[in-house]
Amino acid sequence: MTPSLALNLALALLLLGMAGWAVLVRSTQAAVIGFMVYGLLLTLAWARLDGLDVALTEAAIGGGLTGFLLLGAAVRLRSVEHRAMLQAPGLATRILAALAAGSITLLLAFAVLTLPSPAPSLAPAVAENIAMTQVGNPITAVLLAFRALDTLLEALVLVLAMIGIWSLADDRVWGGRPGFAIAHDASGILHYAARILVPIGVVIGGYIFWIGADDPGGKFQGATLLAAMWLLLVLAGLRDAPRVSSQTLRLWVVLGPLVFIGVGGLGSWVAGSFLGYPQGYAKLMIVAVELALLPSLTLILGLLIMGAPKREIGR
Amino acid sequence: MNTAMLFGLCASMLIGLGLYGLLTHPHPLRKILALNVIGSGIFLLFGAVALRGAAAGMNADPVPQALLITGIVVAFSASALAVALLLRLFEVTGDVSLANDDPATHKDTSKDRPHD
Repeated sequence: MTPSLALNLALALLLLGMAGWAVLVRSTQAAVIGFMVYGLLLTLAWARLDGLDVALTEAAIGGGLTGFLLLGAAVRLRSVEHRAMLQAPGLATRILAALAAGSITLLLAFAVLTLPSPAPSLAPAVAENIAMTQVGNPITAVLLAFRALDTLLEALVLVLAMIGIWSLADDRVWGGRPGFAIAHDASGILHYAARILVPIGVVIGGYIFWIGADDPGGKFQGATLLAAMWLLLVLAGLRDAPRVSSQTLRLWVVLGPLVFIGVGGLGSWVAGSFLGYPQGYAKLMIVAVELALLPSLTLILGLLIMGAPKREIGR
Repeated sequence: MNTAMLFGLCASMLIGLGLYGLLTHPHPLRKILALNVIGSGIFLLFGAVALRGAAAGMNADPVPQALLITGIVVAFSASALAVALLLRLFEVTGDVSLANDDPATHKDTSKDRPHD
C-alpha cells in the first residue's frame, strides 16, 4: 500500500466515522460539533481530490458557517430536544430506512465502479478558451465567464433566501434588528479576540478574494471570511446587528447582483450575448463584477446567519 | 484502487448514512444536519468525477469544481432558510414537532384529513 493510498483510506474512514457520529449520536449539540469536525475532514478530502478552490469553500461555508448556524439553533432548541426525541420511529421503520439507505448506497457504489473510461472532461475546452477571459484560475474563468449565468442565479438565490428569512419576522418587529446574542462584557475574551482577530481576518479575506483571479480563492471564500469577521464583531458587542429596514443596507445587498445583471446586459448590447464580454475587456468586467459582489455576499452571508428580525426599530 | 474511486465509494456511503438519519430522526434540526451530510456526499461524488476528468494539463475538470462551489453556497442558503423556519415554528408553537396527528397542537386538521 502506497503512503498516498493509506492517507486517502484513513481520511475516508475518518469521514465515515464522523458522519456516522453526526447522524447517530443522541445529543444534538454533540452531533453538530461532530458535523463541524466532519466539515474540516471534508476540506482535506477536497485537497486530495485536487480541488483547492472547493476545499476553501467547504472549509469556510460547508463546515464553518453551516456548523455555526446549526450550533446556534441547537442551543436555542435545547429545551425541546428531549420531547422531540420521544417521537423516534419504531424498529420496523428503522430497519426499512436502513434498507432504503443501504440500497441507495449500493446503487451509487455500482455507478462509481462502472463510470465510463476514458472519463468525459471539459478541461480541454476550458484550456483552449481560458486565454480569452484573461484570468489564470480556470475555476474563476468557469464561474465568471463560461458559466457566469450560474453564478448570477446563485447570487439571486442568496438574496431570495435572505428575503425569505426576513419575512419570517413577527409583524411587530418587522424592519427591526435580528435578535443576535450580544455580549456586553468589555473585558471578556470574546471582546479581546474580536479586536485582535478582525483586522487580521479582514486582510486575509481581502487577499483570498484578490488572488482568486489566478490562484485558488475568490469572492465566495473571501466574502465568507469577511462575514465571519462581521459576525465576530456583532457577537462581541462591538457593533450591533443592522436594522433590516435600512436603505443603505439594502442598497449594498443588491449592489452585486445589479452590477452583475448590468454587465450581462452590456454584453448583449456590445458582445452579442447576455453576459458576453467584449474582446479584450473580459478581465476588467470580471473584476468589476467580483468587486461589486464581495460586499453584497459578505452582508448576505452574515444576515443569513443572524436570522429573522427580533427587536423593534429603535431598540 | 485510485483516489477517485475510493472517495466515490466513500461518498456513496455518506449519502446512505445521511439518508438514514433524514428518515429516522424525529428532531427537524437533525434532519437538516442529515440533509447536509447527504449533500456533502453528493458533492464529494461529483468531486471524484471531476478528478477523473483531469486533462489538458489540469489536475481535475474545472467545470464540475466550479459548479460544486456554487452548489455548496446554495446548500448553505437553503440550510439557513430551513433553520429560520424551524426557529419560527418553535417561537409560534413552543415545539418543533413535525407530527400532524396530534389534536392538541393542530386544532384545524379537518382539511388535511377529510375521512375523519
